[in-house]
Amino acid sequence: MSFAAQGDTPYNYAYLDEQTKRMIRRALLKAVAIPGYQVPFGSREMPLARGWGTGGIQITAAVIGPSDTLKVIDQGADDTTNAVSIRRFFERTASVKTTEATHEATIIQTRHRIPEAPMQAGQILVYQVPMPEPLRKLEPRELETRKMHGFAEYGLMQVRLYENIARFGEVTTTYDYPVRVNGRHIMAPSPIPKFDNPKMDMSPCLQLFGAGREKRIYAIPPHTRVVSLDFEDHPFRIQSWKQPCGLCGAQDSYLDEVVIDDAGGRMFVCSDSHYCETRRAEGHAGPMLGHQAAGTLAAASTPAKEPRP
Amino acid sequence: MNALVSPNTLKGALRPILSARSVSRFYGERIGCADVSFDLWPGEVLGIVGESGSGKSTLLRCLSGIDRPDAGEVLFEATPGADFLEIFDLPEQDRRHLMRTAWGIVHQNPRDGLRMDVSAGGNVGERLMDRGDRHYGRIREAATEWLTRVEIEAGRIDDRPRQFSGGMQQRLQIARVLVSNPRLVFMDEPTGGLDVSVQARLLDLLRVLVRDLGLAAIIVTHDLAVARLLTDRLMVMKDGRVVETGLTDQVLDDPQHAYTQLLTSAVLAV
Amino acid sequence: MSDQPEMIRVEAVSKTFTLHNQGSVRLPVFRDVNFAVRAGEVLVLAGASGAGKSSLLRILYGNYLPTNGRIEIRHDGEMVDIASALPRTILEVRRRTLGFVSQFLRVIPRVSALDIVRDPLLARGVDPSEATERAGAMLARLNLPERLWSLAPATFSGGEQQRVNIARSFVDPSPVMLIDEPTASLDARNRDVVVELIAEARSRGSAIVGIFHDESVRDRVATRWLDITHFRAAADAA
Repeated sequence: MSFAAQGDTPYNYAYLDEQTKRMIRRALLKAVAIPGYQVPFGSREMPLARGWGTGGIQITAAVIGPSDTLKVIDQGADDTTNAVSIRRFFERTASVKTTEATHEATIIQTRHRIPEAPMQAGQILVYQVPMPEPLRKLEPRELETRKMHGFAEYGLMQVRLYENIARFGEVTTTYDYPVRVNGRHIMAPSPIPKFDNPKMDMSPCLQLFGAGREKRIYAIPPHTRVVSLDFEDHPFRIQSWKQPCGLCGAQDSYLDEVVIDDAGGRMFVCSDSHYCETRRAEGHAGPMLGHQAAGTLAAASTPAKEPRP
Repeated sequence: MNALVSPNTLKGALRPILSARSVSRFYGERIGCADVSFDLWPGEVLGIVGESGSGKSTLLRCLSGIDRPDAGEVLFEATPGADFLEIFDLPEQDRRHLMRTAWGIVHQNPRDGLRMDVSAGGNVGERLMDRGDRHYGRIREAATEWLTRVEIEAGRIDDRPRQFSGGMQQRLQIARVLVSNPRLVFMDEPTGGLDVSVQARLLDLLRVLVRDLGLAAIIVTHDLAVARLLTDRLMVMKDGRVVETGLTDQVLDDPQHAYTQLLTSAVLAV
Repeated sequence: MSDQPEMIRVEAVSKTFTLHNQGSVRLPVFRDVNFAVRAGEVLVLAGASGAGKSSLLRILYGNYLPTNGRIEIRHDGEMVDIASALPRTILEVRRRTLGFVSQFLRVIPRVSALDIVRDPLLARGVDPSEATERAGAMLARLNLPERLWSLAPATFSGGEQQRVNIARSFVDPSPVMLIDEPTASLDARNRDVVVELIAEARSRGSAIVGIFHDESVRDRVATRWLDITHFRAAADAA
């Protein structure tokens, strides 16, 4: 199917050629069939540097259609450079509607966050993954890590948590916190905060993970058990904050710390910019909403963030 | 000399824990080891002695599941009374599982047997976590107990092996292997590269552990004093073949084969 | 005596050493040795130095391999041929039936004198506290100062080491005991203790074969003699 969005590009629909999309879909089907298993795929060159979300973009391109509505977030924010660019990329190459509203989206491509609003059946969450192999830091040999997954030899992963507790009294891993999917494969959830880990468990949406540079795709089908690794006497716990969001007053969301003046003043605000805006529109107000600095932040919707590879 | 007395007339186990049958391995034209057969009984400590290049390390690698022999079989009784398993017929997954649970391997070089970037406690606890232990406190308790047993101060549980002396690294390796209660332990020159005084301490420790735990063990060594102290019985190897076997003190004190006579006469007062 | 069971039965035993690395020279020691020892007997081996007494004792223990013949030891009511038994069988026979008392203690690093003496009791399943008590009593009887009990014997004098060795051997006398020069470096008082210990073991039914240089000891413990000189002559003639 030849397609030229807005008449200015001779590219195929959604940028990738149809053979490539088929190849990716085949990988996705296998990934869904074996939850948490890393399927190798022939990652293509994309019009941006590897490490900037090429894995996620290729998956989105392979599953997207003209009737879809796309949302793209980068660390929770819809308006960072990377999120805006990817959104525009698909607007132009796939002529899809885009949105910032989580509930309106059929596909959400994300870097390092899961939205605060509950995911729904029929939605697809596409994660950008820099390093898909959770065992890599412990075992540098690829052949050996494949065997460890194949034979479910996961003692070493637990050793990593043990070392954390032994040295710091608790597991200090706060993002990319390893999970066990469907009681079988151990999986890197990409660098989302461990705060988001429970959202993956039994989620009604389809979760797809793409690592472009490492050429791996993996998936969590809807309603799949996802358990964060822990010890019986050191159970998994998510981050919590002493204060609510300074802007919307939310006490159940993941907060970013923002420096607001040269005197070391700081405030905590929702990382999920759309969630925060929605709450404010509904009339919720945080303790800092009247503050001068907060005004700037609120206007900008979210603290400015530079996308990092 | 091994005319049979029926083992059934004796107290204890009725059959071997490990049985090697005509195990051979070749490196191209060269013989690694050839046609080695023996039975190892529960609680028995077998020494394999010979000069370097005699094939004893090759044999150990075949027996311990690391290298597949080119001919012959290695049968193993994983749990008392269980069917014999031909370890190289097993799926790799099961063989790897055996190597982590029912067996232990103590390497000559501690770096081959330890994770140098993981604390002493993590090294000892890994096998417990491998088999599914998920209680931090109890894993740590077991690690502490084993460190103490191998005479490493409990206070060093969070230190990394790099911070340990050679003798301590070797003792840590032993704790790491024994914590999961293996039935059989393979040791490759366990005292190689250590000072004589450090060796003596390690040997005494091994002697006590092997006796107290009732372990079966196969120890490869070129040091006949080590063999005399630790082993019940010896196989003497030369050019990849077994030239003499027997009770350890008998082989060392009244060697029958020319090569064994040479080997024992080269060492004074072992 | 003849109503007592035979504990040792030696049949047609010969020993020739072959030194393969010295032109395969053959050194015959003795030929066609036959004897039996019953429970409660002390058989003293006689013969000039170099006649092969120690070699014979070692053959009985399984430490040397006979060139021909059978060495049967009664173990658990059955005769086991030490010359052909599997190593693990020999070890089992040694653990419960067959003891060897040499003139030298094999010192194991870091193991205390008391533990050395306790060891055979523990190996036979005696309760640890009872074992400690019996081991201490035996060391006291052999006049080893109590301050030495907790030390490893590596630094002991020859006589002290030998007494530790004797204590270890007699703390729970084996049904069959092989004794090689047990009194070599002992004073008269401790020699007397050893003579008593041998007599006690014998009266408890141990069958004993020994080599004693000390004539007075030899005369006091022997119930029978075996001069092996003529077995040697037979070997030389062959």
